[in-house]
Amino acid sequence: MKEIAISVENMVLRYRKIKKFSIKKQLLSRKKKKNPKDKYFEAIKGISFEVPKGEILGVIGKNGSGKSTLLRALAGIFSPDEGSIDMHGHSISLLSIGVGFQKEMSGRKNIYLSGLLLGFSEEQIKAKEQEIIDFSELGDFIDQPVETYSSGMYSKLAFAITAILETDIILVDEVLSVGDERFKKKSYKKMKELISDDDRTVVIVSHSLSSLLDLCTSVLWMHDGVIKKIGKPEEVIEEYREFMK
Amino acid sequence: MKRFFTDFRNYFRYAMYSAKASLQAEVAGSYLNWLWWVFNPLCMMVIYSIIFGYIFNAKEPYFSIFIFIGLTLWDYFNRTITSSIKLVKSNKAIVTKVFLPKFILIVQKIIVNFVKMLFSIAIIIIMMIVYRVPITWNILWVFPLLAVYTVFIFAVSTIMLHYGVFIEDLNNIVRILLRFVYYLTGIFFSVEKRLPPSISYYVVRLNPLSYFITSARRVVIYQQSLYWKWLLAWLVASILLAMFGVYKIYKYENSYAKVI
Repeated sequence: MKEIAISVENMVLRYRKIKKFSIKKQLLSRKKKKNPKDKYFEAIKGISFEVPKGEILGVIGKNGSGKSTLLRALAGIFSPDEGSIDMHGHSISLLSIGVGFQKEMSGRKNIYLSGLLLGFSEEQIKAKEQEIIDFSELGDFIDQPVETYSSGMYSKLAFAITAILETDIILVDEVLSVGDERFKKKSYKKMKELISDDDRTVVIVSHSLSSLLDLCTSVLWMHDGVIKKIGKPEEVIEEYREFMK
Repeated sequence: MKRFFTDFRNYFRYAMYSAKASLQAEVAGSYLNWLWWVFNPLCMMVIYSIIFGYIFNAKEPYFSIFIFIGLTLWDYFNRTITSSIKLVKSNKAIVTKVFLPKFILIVQKIIVNFVKMLFSIAIIIIMMIVYRVPITWNILWVFPLLAVYTVFIFAVSTIMLHYGVFIEDLNNIVRILLRFVYYLTGIFFSVEKRLPPSISYYVVRLNPLSYFITSARRVVIYQQSLYWKWLLAWLVASILLAMFGVYKIYKYENSYAKVI
């Protein structure tokens, strides 16, 4: 019996189309545009699945099918409106384009801030700091404010932080195509290296079916907020290709 | 409740580091930036001293220090409250990418503004030496006073942070309210002397800002004690308010990312 890293049960996640909140009565007259009717949009409609430890799960689906929402829910940024998510106490990080940086601060400071937020101590980060800077290829730019970075540099730093500070579970949102050709290869290699670690669980959202086929041990196909299919990469991707034609 | 303290412990290092980094970033932005933390209240003090000291003929002893204490404490409150309304939105980049207890953002702001306040406090100390203000043991009341004041600011900020996410124009309302409180607080006049005693008794005790500022002046420049029972009362009230605010934040914080 394999250890389970992530279990999701009957998860429902809604977005409010109109901000719903019972505004205090004395403020009511000031709020003209608020509509009391609460409409919402169900991004994820009750899904359940489990990811065993060490597994690489790919998530595919057309735009707006709820993939990124699912990742954010797994990262703990959204709480499910119904159902539950259990990460079984693993540390987790979300790797996505433009990770949360404080723009006016230097890259180096942001390494620490991100690291502290991911639950590492300052000493642990200090030990990895140089490795991150080297991997990100930023050189002297590391002490410049992040707002001066180009988008490529930004993503490279984001990737380097999450890839080098290794959490138990890594959630990857469309970053396999970061930076220039050389960095792409390098990050792809690093990705494979991370993935080959048996203790690490990875969930990847991507539209690049060929890389998913190469990396994943199983694939989940989301369609309009429900799981259309989950299983072996070859089968699911084959069927998905057929479907998207 | 327990969760609050574990979260506080776990993320305090983040708040500290982030506060330090943002202060440094502010200083690095321009060489004279930190001077503005000093100049701004200093200039305000000069303006108020001229207008109220000469034109309106205010007769408070040590009038410059009197105003400066008021401005210092007011700025601490005002900066923290005003920024906490839009705090979740202004930290969108982080909030939508990683989980953190949202009240930590307030803790970070409080540290930043507290450090800025230290500069003003340094000026107060210098002015007290220059004006040869007599000092008594009562001045030690400043420490519990600032502690309760900080708890109070934290409490109000938690509530602002929570409602600020959902109510878009909250900052307009708050700005008007703050302006009203500002004039009612007696930054540049003595509430106890200018208002009729029947009203000022309540203003000084029930308007928290007025209470904290008046008390600070009493212990720092007038060698008096403060109404310690009211300090206790404000501590209890602040803790209750903070518990309510933190409870609200915990209950809704995972929805914040969906709304902003």
